[in-house]
Amino acid sequence: MGKLMVEVNNVSKSFGDNVVLNDISFNVEEGENFVVFGRSGTGKSVLLKCMVGLLEPDSGEIKINGKSVLNIPLDQMNEIRKHIGFLFQGSALYDSMSVRENLEFPLIRNFDFSPEERLEKVKTVLENVGLEKAIDKKPSELSGGMKKRIGLARTIITEPMLILYDEPTTGLDPITTKEISQLIVELQKDLKSTSIVVTHDLICAKIVANRAIVLKDARIKFEGDIKELESSDDKFLKNFFSGEIVDANSGE
Amino acid sequence: MDSLKKDNPVDFSESLTNFFVTVAGLTSFSLRFFKDVFVPPYEFGEIKKHMDDLGIKTMPIVTVAGFIIGLVLAMQSQPVMQRFGAESYLPSMVSLSVVRELGPVLTALLFAGRVSSGIGAELGSMRVTEQIDAMEVSAVNPYKYLVVTRMLACIFILPLLTLYVDFLAIMGGFLAVKLSVGTTFQLYINAIFKSLEFSDLIPGILKTFVFGYIVGAVGSYKGYNTENGTVGVGRASTSAVVMSSLLILLVDMVLVKITVWIWAS
Repeated sequence: MGKLMVEVNNVSKSFGDNVVLNDISFNVEEGENFVVFGRSGTGKSVLLKCMVGLLEPDSGEIKINGKSVLNIPLDQMNEIRKHIGFLFQGSALYDSMSVRENLEFPLIRNFDFSPEERLEKVKTVLENVGLEKAIDKKPSELSGGMKKRIGLARTIITEPMLILYDEPTTGLDPITTKEISQLIVELQKDLKSTSIVVTHDLICAKIVANRAIVLKDARIKFEGDIKELESSDDKFLKNFFSGEIVDANSGE
Repeated sequence: MDSLKKDNPVDFSESLTNFFVTVAGLTSFSLRFFKDVFVPPYEFGEIKKHMDDLGIKTMPIVTVAGFIIGLVLAMQSQPVMQRFGAESYLPSMVSLSVVRELGPVLTALLFAGRVSSGIGAELGSMRVTEQIDAMEVSAVNPYKYLVVTRMLACIFILPLLTLYVDFLAIMGGFLAVKLSVGTTFQLYINAIFKSLEFSDLIPGILKTFVFGYIVGAVGSYKGYNTENGTVGVGRASTSAVVMSSLLILLVDMVLVKITVWIWAS
């Protein structure tokens, strides 16, 4: 077993009476592409946000690279965050800034690069995502797929050791979905980083995943590799992957 | 009574709780400014950008309003002062009213209407599109980058706008006096400088720093804590204007008492 990059132990989270995560535990090894599957509203994004300190779990423990991310001072959390990349569902590009300013934003504030080095890095990541010509464009001038790519570029520009993807292919056509998914794999290989991808998109999961978990009713329904998942006899998993509505309570 | 309760879902105790939650939230949010403002990095570029933006946004409306305030004030006061044989005091009356009270308060209210809603909407939309979360995740303090810079811009730009409005209102007053009494510009200015003292200008300008702080804090607070998507953005924008205008008037009441007490003695 390799070094553990992420350790999630007995994490629970509720919003009022609504239990979103109930005693969730799993580990992600260094260099792994780990997928968190589940239907919409099953707490996948909440799980990611707990990992970066945007939300605080009600109980349990989360460690990134051996360090706990819960109940620690903000400056310590920020030190951990500098090594984490986060691609948001809607890309979350800063509207008021150009693509270049978006990409330079974390570099200016967290690292000591000269303006020339920053520009070089911006050009390199834009080349990686195939959008060199978009450098001076504003987010409002970009299509959905382009926004995802720029979001991805901003995520990787700091060369993080852990990249968290929140629904990276939602709202994209199947071809762009494949392109983005392949890009995730290529970038992971180049950067030798660890990835956690939250998705309900099977195309993306098949391309990206080494290993996956499936969340249902706030718990982990399945954990294993993607082939095991697809060939499972469990009714819920079969329905989930075929996209057919057979029985609302199937698999229970 | 029961049917009244059913028809009126807004519970009084709930409204009261919400009121105190808002007051507590706004207080701690705005006080955080003093903690973060001295911590590097200092985003001078952002502050300058916001000052330019806020100044340009507000300039047309304060230009028109400033001139008209002075003009109307002099036009309204002239017949009354004539009745008491005090027409020669018209320039002094206009300048003192404008510099001590009307200029600062009206500029602040116009500024609140234009800027507080803008800040509320801008930060609100950043909140609902996860841009503020993205900043936080990239180890940048979004409060410092988004809120402190806007609040500083408001604090610095409002006194400048007030001086500009004071000048325009006095010019508007001159037009009214010239048309009704036929006073020359030289006489008008001499009368103003004779009656106006430095201690009249200082309290009015000092107040505007506090008003700028209120406008920036309320707009940012409403936007930063926006919930419920685009509906929440609209709500943040309108409630920012209402709350900052109300606070400006309430704080003005207190500041007038304090400044009169300090400068009178």
